[in-house]
Amino acid sequence: MLEALNLDCARGRRRLFEGLSFELAAGQMLWVLGPNGSGKTTLLRLLCGLLQPESGQVRWKGEDVRDSRESLHVDLLYLGHAPAVKDDLSGRENLCFGLAQSGIGITPHEADAVLGEFGLAGRETVPARALSQGQKRRVALSRLALGAAKTLWILDEPFTALDAQAIRLVLGHLTQQLGRGGCVVFTSHHEVELEGHAVTRLQLAQ
Amino acid sequence: MTPLGAAPVFAAIVRRDLTLALRRRSDVLTTFFFFVIVVSLFPLGVTTQSSVLRSIAPGVVWVAALLASMLALVRLFAPDFDDGTLEQLALSPQPLVVLMIAKVLAHWLVSGLPLVLVAPLLGLQFDLPVQALGILALTLLVGTPCLSLIGAIGAALTLGIRGAGGLLALLVLPLYIPVLIFGASAVSAAVGGMSVSGHLSVLGACLLIALVLGPWASAAAVRIAME
Repeated sequence: MLEALNLDCARGRRRLFEGLSFELAAGQMLWVLGPNGSGKTTLLRLLCGLLQPESGQVRWKGEDVRDSRESLHVDLLYLGHAPAVKDDLSGRENLCFGLAQSGIGITPHEADAVLGEFGLAGRETVPARALSQGQKRRVALSRLALGAAKTLWILDEPFTALDAQAIRLVLGHLTQQLGRGGCVVFTSHHEVELEGHAVTRLQLAQ
Repeated sequence: MTPLGAAPVFAAIVRRDLTLALRRRSDVLTTFFFFVIVVSLFPLGVTTQSSVLRSIAPGVVWVAALLASMLALVRLFAPDFDDGTLEQLALSPQPLVVLMIAKVLAHWLVSGLPLVLVAPLLGLQFDLPVQALGILALTLLVGTPCLSLIGAIGAALTLGIRGAGGLLALLVLPLYIPVLIFGASAVSAAVGGMSVSGHLSVLGACLLIALVLGPWASAAAVRIAME
């Protein structure tokens, strides 16, 4: 479903990668590995179309992403380095508005149920500024629980600042996503294993 | 879970930005009181002669509105840029141009509309005749959305730049000149008892042009800022 063909990318004068190609079929997961500064985030942003490669192309369902941005974005759930969580909004509002701009409408009730699952029961209406780093991260990740309609998940360091229990929860959602025939691309410094699903590794060199 | 079309997404963004403005009232009030105070300084500082005041009023109010709207522009995209929300907007399945209009609309409602509403009151300090007060509010009602739309382009272009505020002023203020000229001269004409329909038509044309080109240019600038 997701194909990268001969991607070249340079940031400033530094060449991050050259001739990078891979293909990801439905139900597959790609783990992008590499030391800090090796271009993991850049690659993810390239895949979502936020950046343009110097040469090569990214294809989603056989179409070049540059030509059909909308058809990629309909299927895309992206979780970036910055969590897109507003300090002045509560967890519930963050989740509702966050999903609304990705084109998913949910009721406050659905939002509360998901936040409860992510260990934020009773804190749904607390402004995010009063939450800890890990809890804010949980608010951001709770989008995954409602992202079933999105076929492609691109996650930048989803496990940062999470405790073991939350990591298990996220892995559970990743397994479900793959089970539904979705694709996942993510970066992580944590060892990731999913039962019954192969994880393809992509190592970026420094 | 239901898929949303462009209209609900548009409404959600406006609602979110209004909620945020309500939670951070101080930001909104700063713009508003800046406008009120700058306009009020002129009768105190320049003269108490009502003929002079009447002739400087249109320019003073309009320049103050320009500066106040500049002051508010810094907050249009920068917070969203910093916390990753803008990235999410750029990746939305809905056209970014439409979402830009939503951002600008919410921004105008909290930073432009209050100026329109308070302007007639401030006009009284300049001894403006009643029908000129009405025209003043009307020109601001047509002109301030223009300022927000044009300003959004500058705000998007200066994302991620150090000292963005100063550069933003240099970029945007020259583009405000047509709005300033026709806005202020309409009020002057009203003070002089002349017809204002010509000025208002040009101001309306400015708004239409800004409405067509502004969101499109800001969307392009936001995409550039993402790189």
